[in-house]
Amino acid sequence: MTPATTTTRAPAIAVHDLRKSFRDNQVLKGVDFEVERGEIFALLGSNGAGKTTTINICTTLLEADCGQVQVCGHDVMKQANKVRQSISLTGQFAAVDEMLTGRENIVLIAQLRGVADARATADALLTRFGLADAADRRASTYSGGMTRRLDIAMSLVGDPEVIFLDEPTTGLDPEARIEVWKAVQELAASGTTILLTTQYLEEAEHLAHRIAIVHQGVIIANGTMDELKRRFPPAKVEYVEKQPSLEDIFLAITAKEAAK
Amino acid sequence: MSAISTMSVLTGRSMKHILRSPDTIITVCVMPIAMMLMFVYVFGGAIKSALPAGTNYVTYQLPGIMLITVASGVAYTALRVFTDRQKGIFSRLHTMPISRGAALWAHVTTSLVSNLVSVVIVVLVALAMGFRSSASFLDWLAIVGILILFTLALTWLAVIPGLTAKSAETAGAFSYPLIFLPFLSSAFAPTATMPLVVRVFAEHQPVTSIVDSLRALLTRQPVGSSIWIALAWCVGITALTYILAIRLYHKAA
Repeated sequence: MTPATTTTRAPAIAVHDLRKSFRDNQVLKGVDFEVERGEIFALLGSNGAGKTTTINICTTLLEADCGQVQVCGHDVMKQANKVRQSISLTGQFAAVDEMLTGRENIVLIAQLRGVADARATADALLTRFGLADAADRRASTYSGGMTRRLDIAMSLVGDPEVIFLDEPTTGLDPEARIEVWKAVQELAASGTTILLTTQYLEEAEHLAHRIAIVHQGVIIANGTMDELKRRFPPAKVEYVEKQPSLEDIFLAITAKEAAK
Repeated sequence: MSAISTMSVLTGRSMKHILRSPDTIITVCVMPIAMMLMFVYVFGGAIKSALPAGTNYVTYQLPGIMLITVASGVAYTALRVFTDRQKGIFSRLHTMPISRGAALWAHVTTSLVSNLVSVVIVVLVALAMGFRSSASFLDWLAIVGILILFTLALTWLAVIPGLTAKSAETAGAFSYPLIFLPFLSSAFAPTATMPLVVRVFAEHQPVTSIVDSLRALLTRQPVGSSIWIALAWCVGITALTYILAIRLYHKAA
């Protein structure tokens, strides 16, 4: 038995030397990071950097090849069900049932999580995410931003301690992106731990307390935005005279020859 | 939450899908009904001459039409599984503290219910066309039992493309060859009239034994060994596709 104190003192997420390969493709080459309780932590990286793989392992969807991952003090491999009780995942694509209304989507998750008053939970979340007016419309009629907000609302059912948001704003227009940002900030205000992934520096800067930059399966930088900025030299403007390349010259000459 | 209550919540959800798009049931029924009209009113007269005198051809061809209905219905099962995988609904459910298999079993239950509804609609149309049966209550129980086993077999088969297909279009494509299997069986004409190669295939493929059993039960004839062959096919296909489908399901994140 794990003493209760370790679960309360343990960081929300602790990842050590996490490695994962798909056939010959080594996606994670030893990832280390910790997320404190109540913190918003961003994994920043380009496509294929290993962000989604990291999230999938942390949320028990995927098994690691080696390394330790603990969420709320529980090992994701050995105590997967305990981990599942403390987390929720908002995946890369909004996992919303379009045939159901917004309210039915939330009620469904509430029933599955065994929440006592599913309907009241749904009403509260719909109001909180500005979906009360659209509550009884089918989710297929929602805009991109509304769908994402419903998706996030569904993740909050049952008040999980840690929420994983995998690229919550990818594919959204700027207006919808701001809606989602607001929703995430509200969440953090309520003390929930959030691990989000993003390809946008601006988004990480806007939302996260701490940022880890993932590149080719390793974390190359980890800290607050200020710490990260200090590690890089200040931006400076340079004027560069561009010399033509041999190819440019060749193309220019051959074009003249052809014109004759 | 127990696996059973999780499954019933999720079955309720996918049954809502069917109630809200009744066109899925209608599309499933239209094709078998059209075939039934064609066989009874176009070919039926000619085929009848090869059958014992006094055969009710509507009753004769109904078992084949029932199987075609199920074969076209499971395409939607594949599509529903595909959509849940693609939309990330399975991923969401798998990160929740609920039974992992429940989501798949909910699809299987929904497939059973919706296909049985489709078969009932087709049977009602057949009744209007002159289908009559002397089957007893126990015969009907056996008929429903065979249809349930057949639907289970095709449903678990449908789960496989649902979990592996790259697009919604290809998810349901596996059902086309299944729809045509009854044509190469005893479903619409006696196999004795077929050329040797076709006949050998027809007499040894699963549809013939299932059709023969259903027809015997509908007309109160002895079912003979065909019912055991039919059951063996259904149980065998179900076991094989179930093992494959579950393996794929647990591998997919």
